Amino acid sequence: MSIGMQTSKGVGRLLKINAWLVFAFFYIPMIVLVVFSFNASQRVNIWGGLSARWYPEMLRNDEILSALENSLVVAAISTLASTILGTALAIALDRYRFRGRGTLEGVAYLPIIIPDVTMAVMLLAFFAQAFRFLGNIGPQLQLGLYTVVISHIAFNISIVAVVVRARLGQLDPALEQAAQDLYASRWKAFRLITLPLILPGILAGALLALALSLDDVVISAFVTGPGGTTLPVYVFSAIRRGVTPELNAISTLMLAASTVLVLSSLFLQRAPKQERTTTKEDS
Amino acid sequence: MTESSNMTERGEPSVEILGVTKRFDEVVAVDNVDLAIEDGEFFAMLGPSGCGKTTTLRMIAGLEFPTEGRLKIFGDEVGNLPPNQRPVNTVFQSYALFPHMNVQDNVSFGLRMNGVDKKEAARSADELIELVQLGGLGNRKPSQLSGGQQQRVALARALVNKPKVLLLDEPLGALDLKLRQEMQTELKTLQQEFGVSFVFVTHDQEEALTMSDRIAVMNEGRLLQVGSAEELYERPANRFVADFIGETNLLDATVADGDMIILANGTRLKAPNPHATGTKVAMSLRPESIEIGRPESIPSDYQATSLRGVIATSSYLGHSILYGVKVDSTNLNVRSGAVAAHQRFVPGDEVAVWWDRTSDWVVPDDEPVAVTSEAS
Ligand SMILES: Nc1ncnc2c1ncn2[C@@H]1O[C@H](COP(=O)(O)OP(=O)(O)OP(=O)(O)O)[C@@H](O)[C@H]1O
Ligand SMILES: [Mg+2]
Repeated sequence: MSIGMQTSKGVGRLLKINAWLVFAFFYIPMIVLVVFSFNASQRVNIWGGLSARWYPEMLRNDEILSALENSLVVAAISTLASTILGTALAIALDRYRFRGRGTLEGVAYLPIIIPDVTMAVMLLAFFAQAFRFLGNIGPQLQLGLYTVVISHIAFNISIVAVVVRARLGQLDPALEQAAQDLYASRWKAFRLITLPLILPGILAGALLALALSLDDVVISAFVTGPGGTTLPVYVFSAIRRGVTPELNAISTLMLAASTVLVLSSLFLQRAPKQERTTTKEDS
Repeated sequence: MTESSNMTERGEPSVEILGVTKRFDEVVAVDNVDLAIEDGEFFAMLGPSGCGKTTTLRMIAGLEFPTEGRLKIFGDEVGNLPPNQRPVNTVFQSYALFPHMNVQDNVSFGLRMNGVDKKEAARSADELIELVQLGGLGNRKPSQLSGGQQQRVALARALVNKPKVLLLDEPLGALDLKLRQEMQTELKTLQQEFGVSFVFVTHDQEEALTMSDRIAVMNEGRLLQVGSAEELYERPANRFVADFIGETNLLDATVADGDMIILANGTRLKAPNPHATGTKVAMSLRPESIEIGRPESIPSDYQATSLRGVIATSSYLGHSILYGVKVDSTNLNVRSGAVAAHQRFVPGDEVAVWWDRTSDWVVPDDEPVAVTSEAS
């Protein structure tokens, strides 16, 4: 007995130390990044005093500005499109029984688990085939910002679908049936009952899609073309020329943006408030 | 088949189910059911779990469509209409209150969908909320109500639309016993007040027997009998109903000539019945209608309706004693009035049991065959 208790105490201490190590491992690089983005010195490895000069500085760099604009355009369009398509997919998978549903179900979530590089190669191969086919019948196309948009839509649909479907799964199917029983058409039942109830899930999915789109580098780097450099792709190529304080500042901003987006998404994905309470009958 | 002409005498049924079958892939949930529910009737559907009660109710509501057969509501063919085009409303087992709307918006939802203006709908909703004794709670969200209160909101939300038929799927299932009994009375009162038929699904037979004008007993998708509580209890149509409603002893037998039946052990008993000679039947004997005594004490009139056996078990229940009497290989439950301890029979005692000629009931031995096909 006492041996067992001692062992479990020891294990407990080890686990605690481990937790702290993991914590440090995660957050020390982040702290370094944030701190050095406020470094006054031009040299990234020497502390030259506190200053926020790199933040306005970075906005005078045309390359950065155009990359930022590209990123925002891609994020906005792909988030909007994937939110609509992903929600529709989630509803179809949740509700309708049709031939091939099982297969579609498996395939739909594939982009989440396959490696980015594989996804990128797949998309590139797809675009090459599509361009050749279209080239034969008319327009000569090449990679550009729009191929980045299409690719982001492709992987974000899965994310939105997963999040929305989790929400749908918590809904009592009788709710929509009750609305129809109370003379609502199918569309009204969806709009007045189901939609408001899954809206937090849809928003959560959209925020996650936005974060993933803003952060993506591998797929964007593969499928982008002339004039289609996004911010992460710019950082990735600039960093090979050496880390600059400007890059630290950009990365800090990106870190802040994705933290806010992901935390908001998680907040929205919390389980809905308990539907039943056990308050005592007051009559 | 020709249309029967007795419609005019009885008035038009509120719901008519004509040869309806519902299949889910391989499962036959409802099997060729014919049923007419009268206007203004409190009608219960009773049966074991999975027998097709909910499916039948959902077909009336339009939430499920028959695979075969026809469905009429007050004479109008509705079999293929969507739920929002049928003059019926449903109280769901889970209540299905809209969690993002308050009580008043829940109750006025149906009226709003029917184009009633906001003020008018709110006024009617308040009236109904008052009627189900929730006055003043109109602004609460469903999550802020107790189970019993939610149940009342669900009732108000359906009744405010003045449906021609109200469908209720085990509406009291989630309530505790006391609240349940309270709601039973309340439901009955509401039904009389509104004068519309209530179709009430339950698997609680006591609930069905006490509340309903008529009860339909289902098993494995088939409708086995429709009748009043008394009819089902005293004159069950078949073995399943006899066994399902109340407690009974079922003795396997074969019909012999001249009002006699022969038990499996060869005993001949007098039991007038309409079945042809040679038919396999079961005789139903309720435990409380059997007399018990010493072997020599059978009254002379009862010789042909008596059996001899041995006491196997004896349980004292306060107001009565329950004996298990072994007659050859079958066991008979016999309930007898409480008597002083020294007069009670004990296991091993040889006894005779007898019963009045009017208290037995012979049913055809049509053990329902499984209608659920094997999954392929
Ligand atoms: N949507 C469905 N898909 C497939 N099978 C179904 C579906 N709905 C019902 N069934 C099957 O049909 C049969 C009848 O079900 P139903 O829900 O009508 O039973 P019930 O009498 O209401 O039972 P309970 O008392 O348990 O509620 C069951 O075997 C059930 O599994
Ligand atoms: Mg049911």
